[in-house]
Amino acid sequence: MSNTPMTPGIAPGRLPETSYADHFSDLHPPLDHHEALVAADRCYFCHDAPCMTACPTSIDIPLFIRQIMTGTPEAAAKTIFDQNILGGMCARVCPTETLCEEVCVREVAEGKPVEIGRLQRYATDTLIADGTHPYTRAASTGKKIAVVGAGPAGLSAAHRLAMLGHDVVIFDARAKTGGLNEYGIASYKAPGGYAQSEIDWLMKIGGITVETGKMLGKDLTLDALKADYDAVFLSIGLAGVNALRADGVEKEGVVDAVDFIAELRQTEDLSTLPIGRNVVVIGGGMTAVDAAVQAKLLGAQNVSMVYRRSRARMSASDYEQDLAASKGVQIFYNAAPVGVFGEGAAQEIEFEYTVEENGRLTNTGETFRLPADQVFKAIGQSLEGVPEGLTLEGGKIAVDAVGRTSLEGVWAGGDCATGGEDLTVTAVAEGRDAAEDIHAKLMES
Amino acid sequence: MADLTSNFCGIKSPNPFWLASAPPTDKEYNVRRAFEAGWGGVVWKTLGEAGPPVVNVNGPRYGAMHGADRRLLALNNIELITDRPLEVNLEEMTRVKKDYPDRALIASVMVPCDAESWKTIIPRVAETGCDGFELNFGCPHGMAERGMGSAVGQVPEYIEMVTRWCKESTDLPVIVKLTPNITNILYPAEAALRGGADAVSLINTINSITSVNLDDFAPEPTIDGKGTHGGMCGPAVKPIALNMVAEIARNAETANLPISGIGGVTTWRDAAEFLALGASNVQVCTAAMTYGFKVVQEMISGLSQYMDEKGFTSVDQLSRRAVPNVTDWQFLNLNHVTKAVINQDDCIKCGRCYAACEDTSHQAIEMSEDRVFTVKDDECVACNLCVNVCPIEDCITMKTLEKGEVDERTGQPVGDYANWTQHPNNVAAVSAE
Repeated sequence: MSNTPMTPGIAPGRLPETSYADHFSDLHPPLDHHEALVAADRCYFCHDAPCMTACPTSIDIPLFIRQIMTGTPEAAAKTIFDQNILGGMCARVCPTETLCEEVCVREVAEGKPVEIGRLQRYATDTLIADGTHPYTRAASTGKKIAVVGAGPAGLSAAHRLAMLGHDVVIFDARAKTGGLNEYGIASYKAPGGYAQSEIDWLMKIGGITVETGKMLGKDLTLDALKADYDAVFLSIGLAGVNALRADGVEKEGVVDAVDFIAELRQTEDLSTLPIGRNVVVIGGGMTAVDAAVQAKLLGAQNVSMVYRRSRARMSASDYEQDLAASKGVQIFYNAAPVGVFGEGAAQEIEFEYTVEENGRLTNTGETFRLPADQVFKAIGQSLEGVPEGLTLEGGKIAVDAVGRTSLEGVWAGGDCATGGEDLTVTAVAEGRDAAEDIHAKLMES
Repeated sequence: MADLTSNFCGIKSPNPFWLASAPPTDKEYNVRRAFEAGWGGVVWKTLGEAGPPVVNVNGPRYGAMHGADRRLLALNNIELITDRPLEVNLEEMTRVKKDYPDRALIASVMVPCDAESWKTIIPRVAETGCDGFELNFGCPHGMAERGMGSAVGQVPEYIEMVTRWCKESTDLPVIVKLTPNITNILYPAEAALRGGADAVSLINTINSITSVNLDDFAPEPTIDGKGTHGGMCGPAVKPIALNMVAEIARNAETANLPISGIGGVTTWRDAAEFLALGASNVQVCTAAMTYGFKVVQEMISGLSQYMDEKGFTSVDQLSRRAVPNVTDWQFLNLNHVTKAVINQDDCIKCGRCYAACEDTSHQAIEMSEDRVFTVKDDECVACNLCVNVCPIEDCITMKTLEKGEVDERTGQPVGDYANWTQHPNNVAAVSAE
């Protein structure tokens, strides 16, 4: 007898075999040729375009859209990649509704922006499918650079450095490259193994060696890297998770949302992945939404997302919240977890309502309980395993505008470093800019 | 609802919308569908002389120009006159006219340029019961090489001669269809009038190549690797047609010659513009070929609503209403000063006005740090480019300065009407004083 959404406890295969492919296919299907032309036609080719200013990587959006419109998506892709070598992934995962599309003049005028994200995907998919890599390496500089962490910041830095003529070695603690692109984001945002195929395409630049299974602090030391390489770029992300302070969080079934998502991303056959009948996600960010939506898509009967502050304070965008709601996730605001109950394994979780006054959150004393076979903690990640000697600021590696750390010869970018939001696109920009600065610095002498 | 009935040089129709002589009017089946859809009249696709039928190409015969979302802006065709036997066409015309007595049925005709050919075919076609004739002196391809179509339309003497032959052959109204592929539309129009034409219709299609295939390096439509110029029609030709209609309407000699306006009429508004500029009715082809015959229903309801709003009770009250306001450049008021004004509530901050003005015009728009765009009155020459490039209708408008107000650009107060013929920089004006 196969399982259903109503099967008690935590169980795999709650859905018919065929549902999984359907549930985890593209959230936004790619534009076909005609759709792309229609969408491109809507762009006004604004002067000093607001979308371009809003893009952390400053892609020349009006230009690339015009290139699509005139039948040269390959040239459009080049325009995108010049600024953002992971433009294909960003087209899929960027919260465009709070970046370029939010400020599109047609969003302002009509409440319907030009579909910049999908157009970007159309262009980048066209070029990548073509198999060509439009960049070549400059003459060798003879310099060797170590990049620690193969996430978006590290890949972006590595590509730019290789292009400028340096030899790069990327180290990563995990078995695969890609960082959060491979392990972190929701599956339906980049299905079909996109993260790896994008990296394969990126590596065509040459000059980049990858060493996986190498963790800083365990298999590598910063001192050794500094000694062996001309420069070091740290893009180690946020490996730690914030602890949830509530009773019973040690019970079986209470796990970190990032671990659940990583496991899901690496599971070939999703019907084998167990999921609770009643799932509760604690947190209000993108990770919380990704975990909640995917729990629902795996067949959980009831999925709730509970955030201790108000809707306005939630870091997941309205769009993300609407997405969660549309998939059947129930969102609770102003409720803080008190304790997880159950015999050994979680069965229920209790919350207390909160009110926020002048930025101070206080509990009201009124409580409620939700059934919970699984509790996903998604209350933020934190920096872990930072080498000694680096100045920290607000829990991150302190860097200047071009990614220089407090240590000579060491740069940092991405989520582990200060500056910008923790977004893929921001990480790409930081990696690129640090690479340019490393290059400038190394070429000084 | 306004009365849309039309009397065009004696030819009556329930509305002023006729289908032009073209593929949509080539046979009974289509014309019946057109009349059922509501068209006021039909100019049957051009008939040639009896004998072996005309031969068309068997490859593509249309080319096109597209705008956003593949909106058809222009068609170009290399089709010839009807390729069906004359007898078949005449039988069908007779049947259709009998079944739709209230609709106008006009016979378009094109035969070789000799008196006998014309004097033979006109009476024969008249037997169908048609309401009038349209002489096709405009077709720019295929027939012109055989001394017909625009080969006649480009020689005013031939127009006059053939028109006279036709008038001598029938009592029905004769409309002369003019080609725009000439230097001055007044020459053929005046020739038609001298020949006794009851009316003119214009424009026929414009010689054109709409596109080039950049893989095969041949004009499109391409027939076995080669292409040829075709006749262009559709929304893109409207401005050219409007000007030619206006030229005839305001020319003293042809001022009373009825005009059937043709060229890119796609909506009721286009039709109203042709009427205001001097046409008495309009003919449509490309809009029907793009959207089907039903488009006439929008034209009817739109023109009717507009006329009601304006208080016009007949089409004649709209016809020619703008003609007195078409003038020559030299008579435009040089003391009419306007300035662009940007409505900040409507502005969506795209900056296109700024780019256009800054890069290509008079540097008269200021852009602030926070993307507020304002007009610099001391630089604005009122060229209207910003109005035209702005994607939001009526966001940028032109404000007229009152008499006595100082134009900040010139420092001069706005004076009374004065035109170029009176301007001190005009040598002719000065010497005339």
